[in-house]
Amino acid sequence: MELLLPALGLLFWTLVAFAIVFFILKKYAWSAILKGLNDREQNIADSIATADKVRQEMAQLKSENEALLATAREERAAMLKEAKETKDRIIGQAKDEAKLQAAKIVADAHASIEQQKMAAMTDLKNQVGNLVVEVSEKVLRKELSNKPEYESYIRQLTQEVKLN
Amino acid sequence: MAFKRIKSLLVGTFSIFTLILSTPVLAQNHDNNNETEAAQEKEVKLDPAEIILEHIQDAHEWHFFSFGDFHASIPLPVILYSPTNGLTLFSSSRFHHGHEAYNGYKLEHGKIVAEDGSKVYDFSLTKNVVQMFLALILLVFLLTGIAKKYKSGQGVTSAPKGWQSLLEPVITFIRDEAAKPNLGHKWQKYLPYLLTVFFFILINTLFGLLPGSANVTGNIAFTIVLGIISFFVILFSTNSHFWGHIFWPPGVPFLIKLILIPIEFASFFIKPAALIIRLFANMVAGHIIILSFVTLIFIFGSMATVAGWSVSPLSVAFAVFIYLIELLVAFIQAYIFTVLTAVFIGQAFEGGHNDTDGHADAVII
Repeated sequence: MELLLPALGLLFWTLVAFAIVFFILKKYAWSAILKGLNDREQNIADSIATADKVRQEMAQLKSENEALLATAREERAAMLKEAKETKDRIIGQAKDEAKLQAAKIVADAHASIEQQKMAAMTDLKNQVGNLVVEVSEKVLRKELSNKPEYESYIRQLTQEVKLN
Repeated sequence: MAFKRIKSLLVGTFSIFTLILSTPVLAQNHDNNNETEAAQEKEVKLDPAEIILEHIQDAHEWHFFSFGDFHASIPLPVILYSPTNGLTLFSSSRFHHGHEAYNGYKLEHGKIVAEDGSKVYDFSLTKNVVQMFLALILLVFLLTGIAKKYKSGQGVTSAPKGWQSLLEPVITFIRDEAAKPNLGHKWQKYLPYLLTVFFFILINTLFGLLPGSANVTGNIAFTIVLGIISFFVILFSTNSHFWGHIFWPPGVPFLIKLILIPIEFASFFIKPAALIIRLFANMVAGHIIILSFVTLIFIFGSMATVAGWSVSPLSVAFAVFIYLIELLVAFIQAYIFTVLTAVFIGQAFEGGHNDTDGHADAVII
């Protein structure tokens, strides 16, 4: 029975001890400990959130990079195509020009040949005329006395003679 | 506010009750006179009940063992107050283990009484008190120590170390399992109190398990103080909704109301009383079982020495087994006391906003 009867002294001291311990711990222990634990939990949660964000950013960057690469590849292909076209066009142009030039040279050459041929013919005609006149003169000197009349006659004859 | 007046009224009545309860303690002292003398006469005869009860009770000296006439004990200070003699302070060794009277006081069956029979208020630093102080000094030292570490950043930005790692899971467990689920949005307000109660009980129980130590948590005075503190914390957490449910339970017929009101009102006092008795009974029971197994050796030994020796391995094995269970019980009881206090506090102020929670809970005592 004695076991169930509280002793006044122990009641008193327990109350005093609890009160003191409660206030000491509340002031000097629990606030710091709970704050520390809370801060750490906050810290961890923040770190996880940040890591998540970074991962998302990385994924975004990666997709952006891929898009950039794809456009770059497309651009390169387009540029290559263009370059090829340009090359083809330049070559075509050059060929056309060369053809034109060659044709012109050939035409010029033809014209020049024609001209020289004509000159040579004229020269030849003159010399042949002269030759004919001299020969005729030599032949006719003896026979003919009217030299200028013959001469104009021969010139008329040579004019009429068309080589070609 | 009407309910505040009721609150103050309850505080007053409960205080008077506790005062009345404490008076028989002193009245009881006179009846033990004859029993002590009888016990001294048959000192040689083994009385297991007496041995066990002596071990789980408080004492004015810290007694370790006696060998013949040699008593290995530490005398503790005795502080007495009597209305006639005023305050008296002396060492308990003056009593010579209860054989002599000193200064008009004598020790009778572990209680100090005045020789002339007048009233004495005993505020002595008994075995329980001293051990409690030692345990609490250690507790405060430990917890302020780890608090300093947290302040310095260890455990916040780096990993916790040493005692921090040991106590941190316990603290977070009380926070997450006792405070947060039961106290709603007010958990931060009550958490320091709940943690203090938990560690207060735990450290005293663990100290009480040391060989040769006092049974502090198994003393009704200790548990009554904690229970009364819980009672007041619950009382000051109540709101008008809570009292409305007690004095006019909604949704029941009038006649049932008449039955329910006293039951509801009584339950308000039964809750902390159950806390008190649960902790006390668990701790006393554990100590009694361990002591019984050990005493069993001497009971058999008093019949025949051989019987004592032969039963000792079994007894020790059982005592060790119970001892391990007691270690577990130390944590469980501290946790139960804390979590139930949290539940009762939660019940006291919940339901003001959402009515559904108030009815769902089972009666927890």
